[in-house]
Amino acid sequence: MIDITVKTRNGTPHQLPGRMGRTLMEAIRESGIDELLALCGGCCSCATCHVFVEAGAEGLEVPTSKDEDDLLDSSEFRRPGSRLSCQLTLAADMEGLVVQIAPED
Amino acid sequence: MAGTADIVIVGGGHGGAQAAIALRQHGFTGSILIVGREPDLPYERPPLSKGYLSGEKTFERLLLRPAAFWAERGIGLVLGRAGTHVDPAVKRLILSDGRVISYGTLIWATGGDPRRLTCDGADLAGVHAVRTRADVDRLVHELRGGARRAVIIGGGYIGLEAAAVLTKLDCSVVVLEAASRVLARVAGEVLSNFYEAEHRAHGVDLRTQASISHLFGTDGHVSGVCMEDGTVIPADLVIVGIGIEPSVAPLIAAGAEGTAHAGVRVNAQCMTSLPDIYAIGDCAAHENAFAGGEVMRLESVQNANDMAATVAQSLCGDARVYEATPWFWSNQYDLKLQTVGLSRGHDQAVLRGDPADRSFSVIYLRGGRVIAIDAVNRVKDYVQGRKLVELGAHVSPLRLTDVTAPLRDLLDDDVLVSAPPLDT
Repeated sequence: MIDITVKTRNGTPHQLPGRMGRTLMEAIRESGIDELLALCGGCCSCATCHVFVEAGAEGLEVPTSKDEDDLLDSSEFRRPGSRLSCQLTLAADMEGLVVQIAPED
Repeated sequence: MAGTADIVIVGGGHGGAQAAIALRQHGFTGSILIVGREPDLPYERPPLSKGYLSGEKTFERLLLRPAAFWAERGIGLVLGRAGTHVDPAVKRLILSDGRVISYGTLIWATGGDPRRLTCDGADLAGVHAVRTRADVDRLVHELRGGARRAVIIGGGYIGLEAAAVLTKLDCSVVVLEAASRVLARVAGEVLSNFYEAEHRAHGVDLRTQASISHLFGTDGHVSGVCMEDGTVIPADLVIVGIGIEPSVAPLIAAGAEGTAHAGVRVNAQCMTSLPDIYAIGDCAAHENAFAGGEVMRLESVQNANDMAATVAQSLCGDARVYEATPWFWSNQYDLKLQTVGLSRGHDQAVLRGDPADRSFSVIYLRGGRVIAIDAVNRVKDYVQGRKLVELGAHVSPLRLTDVTAPLRDLLDDDVLVSAPPLDT
């Protein structure tokens, strides 16, 4: 388990445990925060689990695949640090990750 | 035993769950009760034919919300019970166990039941549907028991996704499609031909125009399929993926407009013809602007979710109509198909890119206007083409085929401005 901080849309920070090997989307959903639609269930087919990485390990603010990059382009709220949370697999070096849930498109 | 709730939701799938979630998000403070036919908490259905069947994802990872969520939000759950009778005059719902529930508003979100074969042998053990967790658990149990020869009846998305998973699990797979091509109901010929070739390249014995005579078995368990022409295909298990019938019998019996096959008719607000009864998701027959106003049912997560959101907002005092853009996805092998819009009724299909590259799109037009896009391993086209579909853009086919020009650039086209309104 690692500690992560998720800020909901109104800015309230929530500390939650992240199980390594699972995705950030799953960790957010399991915590009971229900601001993520995550409609496709995490297969990188929609863009409804969009978050902004505010602080965390190196490189997390960059999309890892062209598909993710293209999907993020569908959001009018895209900005540096934008990621699809289903594409962030939690690992030990992500301890202390802080993300903000992006507005709904 | 009796009960009561301000809003009773029948169906604990994507639509039903999302209706309850959205009601609370929009500030509804009354009582909410979900009645679900399956014993499980609301879960994602699409992975049943993909990651859950393959074993990559455990069931717990499919839950739409953690177990504690429902109680925390004051959403009651009655699971393992179906709604069997509705009495709109006294606003009561009767469950399969005889329980009577009084409702203020009823949201019918029951989805559908897998269509079954009607031929001899359809009831043999080893003949499976892929609709619920229990269906797939039974299937996985047989695979673990050594079943390796699979016959899949139906070349729709469910059948083809199952075929892709089963080949990966070292099964020999036969797909039998009655029509002249797979995906005939939902996609154009180019896409059908491409997926047929892909499945064959992965070793699937895919047969179109395949007429089944009957299934046969040994000791009550299926052991093969006999075709009309007498051909016999041995099978350890059979998967039937030939569509669903909407689960609407109680509403139709109560006098709601609609039919057992076409679904329950709803208006633009997703209201049925019965007072205080809404219907959403796979079972709801609605006029869809993306199908030129045709009355239809849409079987997708998008439709279930967006209809749920529409109803929830309306019930919270913010009246909405359902007009969401249809979208859909299907994952087979390493192919990511994304669809936006509805291709039915197209009079032209334009190919963008080369299927041989395994990255291409098919753009469907009607009267010169873009009505849908199927994008295979081409997320950019899916994302950028959505606007073309939403605008019903008039774009020359030649420009659509030019892969060097991003679809986004076509939006600046002046032909868009001069386009007459969509005739719906």
